[in-house]
Amino acid sequence: MTVLGIALYALIGGGALLALARLARGPSLLDRVVATDTLLVIISAGLAVHAALVRDPTLVPVLVVVSLLAFVGSVSVARYIGGMLLRSRTGDGRDVGLPVAAEERVNGS
Amino acid sequence: MSALADVIAAACLLAGAALCLTAGLGLVRFPDVLSRMHAGTKPQVLGVLLVMVGAAIRLDGWANAWMLLLVAAFQLLTAPVSAHLISRVAYRRRHVRRDLLLVDEFGGAGHQDLRHRGDEPGDAPPGSPRPSAGQSS
Repeated sequence: MTVLGIALYALIGGGALLALARLARGPSLLDRVVATDTLLVIISAGLAVHAALVRDPTLVPVLVVVSLLAFVGSVSVARYIGGMLLRSRTGDGRDVGLPVAAEERVNGS
Repeated sequence: MSALADVIAAACLLAGAALCLTAGLGLVRFPDVLSRMHAGTKPQVLGVLLVMVGAAIRLDGWANAWMLLLVAAFQLLTAPVSAHLISRVAYRRRHVRRDLLLVDEFGGAGHQDLRHRGDEPGDAPPGSPRPSAGQSS
């Protein structure tokens, strides 16, 4: 493994680990959706980097599948959360979410 | 010629991988959903484009190049759609730090349609029959 390969895998692995940290910590469901979307994109970038380093074109159809899967997953979860809406209306046009909102959590602490 | 192509491919791959690391850092550091999405969208467009260009240079052959171009075009088409959906739900679920916003054009009290707030089923006026009213109550 060359220096270039080590540097590439370190950058992509660091990004994937940080996205996993946000996926585990994220206070709301939407943070996790964003982190999952980014993680799938980073995974597809890692697959493309592997395919480019070893000159192996077998992984190229997998890239198409992974990018399709990222879109379908994030859109379906976002539609699901939007469909969970929320009988409790405050009258100001915003919906009170079930998880703790970021605004009140930061102001309260 | 081949060495020059390898150098260009390595530069593209390194830039794309650095954008992936940037996305991870921004996801951990930024305060709310919208700014995390701003950080996470960087490898979705530019990072994927750079990595696909590098991989298409390394994997010489038109079939691979077309399929990598398909991946890049699909990312360019689908990233705005999913970002729009997620940010709209995030705004309505109050996952936005409103004290950090400079301009909030969507939540002004003056010009707000109180009868139709959106196109979701939950956005119907309160008196109208809802499709999901019988199931949840």
